[in-house]
Amino acid sequence: MGEVFEPNIVVFACNWCSYAGMDLAGTSRIQYPSNLKVIRVMCSGRINPVFILEAFASGADGVLVTGCHPGDCHYMSGNYKTRKRVMLLEKLLEQFGIEKGRLRLEWVSASEGERFASIAREFVEQIRKLGPNRILEELRKEVALV
Amino acid sequence: MLAIIPGANCAGCDYSLLDLGEKAVEVLMAVDIAYWPTAADLKLEDLEKLPDGSVDIVLFEGAVNNDETEEMAKLARRKAKNLVAFGACACFGGIPGLANVASRDGVLQKAYVKTLSTLNPNGVLPSKLTRLGDEELTIPEFLDTVKSLNQVVNVDYYLPGCPPPLKLVADALAAALSGKLPPKGTVFGSMKSVCDECKRVREEKRIMEIKRYHQFIPDPDRCLLEQGIVCMGPATRGGCDAVCPTMNVPCRGCMGPTPESQDQGARMLSALSSVVGLEVEAGLGDEEVRKIIEQIKDPLGTFYRYSLPRSILRRVWGARE
Repeated sequence: MGEVFEPNIVVFACNWCSYAGMDLAGTSRIQYPSNLKVIRVMCSGRINPVFILEAFASGADGVLVTGCHPGDCHYMSGNYKTRKRVMLLEKLLEQFGIEKGRLRLEWVSASEGERFASIAREFVEQIRKLGPNRILEELRKEVALV
Repeated sequence: MLAIIPGANCAGCDYSLLDLGEKAVEVLMAVDIAYWPTAADLKLEDLEKLPDGSVDIVLFEGAVNNDETEEMAKLARRKAKNLVAFGACACFGGIPGLANVASRDGVLQKAYVKTLSTLNPNGVLPSKLTRLGDEELTIPEFLDTVKSLNQVVNVDYYLPGCPPPLKLVADALAAALSGKLPPKGTVFGSMKSVCDECKRVREEKRIMEIKRYHQFIPDPDRCLLEQGIVCMGPATRGGCDAVCPTMNVPCRGCMGPTPESQDQGARMLSALSSVVGLEVEAGLGDEEVRKIIEQIKDPLGTFYRYSLPRSILRRVWGARE
């Protein structure tokens, strides 16, 4: 059978709520999987769908977008845009053949350290079940870039 | 010397050259045509015999979709001093690029077997090699993934559009003939989006409903996007004078992405989803937001109509039809 598949997960976290929430998990010594590669942005509304597509094209098996709860955005309305963008992006990704569940949106507040850890564990297992994202391999094989 | 080499084309770009009218005659009188299958009876062998790099301008039109067009792309690069990706197909993949939603087998099955009006009870598909008695006939073999010209060879200039706008073609040819070509890598066209050239009035984006074009007669003076029609203007390079919105049809994105954009479809997705339901987004629950977003029926086909091969993901992956 060989090695267990360890998912490669990219997490986008907003500076004010979700990154702080992750930090709290860390300072509280709450254990969560190390599969997560965290990218801090000032607001989840900063996340250009291009970043998410690039993540998948670069070999990410899963992408987790996190931000402040609706109503609590540090910049008032950034997360409302995030919500709509991620919804439409989910539809687009399914059309592209990237299975439902590989992109996930979660609102995490600065006090939700424990909750973030359990989301992380859950997401890693979900992606483990979905299996590796073969796009990068195929991209390298099929398309010759000059 | 000028050569016009076809890939997976429709000859629409050839028409854009002829549409220059008197200017076309001027240009044709000033150059030697090395190859132009649509309009001149020059043979491929004659082109192949020319020294490498001797054709001053090669316009490659059409995408790369089979082993023959791939060979033509490489031939174009060998013979060209300046290679121009001419038209949306050569620049981004164009309409043929939409074949990237399926595999080669999927496309052939659909075209030759599965379409409702097709009678092909034995499921005969075109194959590369056919034997007729003593003779062997070969036809090109489709690639699984359609490519733009620059995904096969190095390209010197890009002239997008479906077809390229006459003004840009005239400017590019004038620059070429007078030896004043811009730096290599230049994309002919505006540095701004189509919206910059569009004469429609833009007020406030209050889009609650996405409407299909046939559902109502749009106000000819107001921004189409504001009226709920998906217009690719915000995510598309200008240079075409916004001719489609001027003629009361929405932009479909044939000039490709704006200069700084890494992915035309993603940029349009971002723009449209950010702005739809803007006034009410704060007060809505997830399901209500989803209902608005669901009105955009085919994000892939709509936002990547001309640019799928050049998108970040390039094609549909996984289990393909």
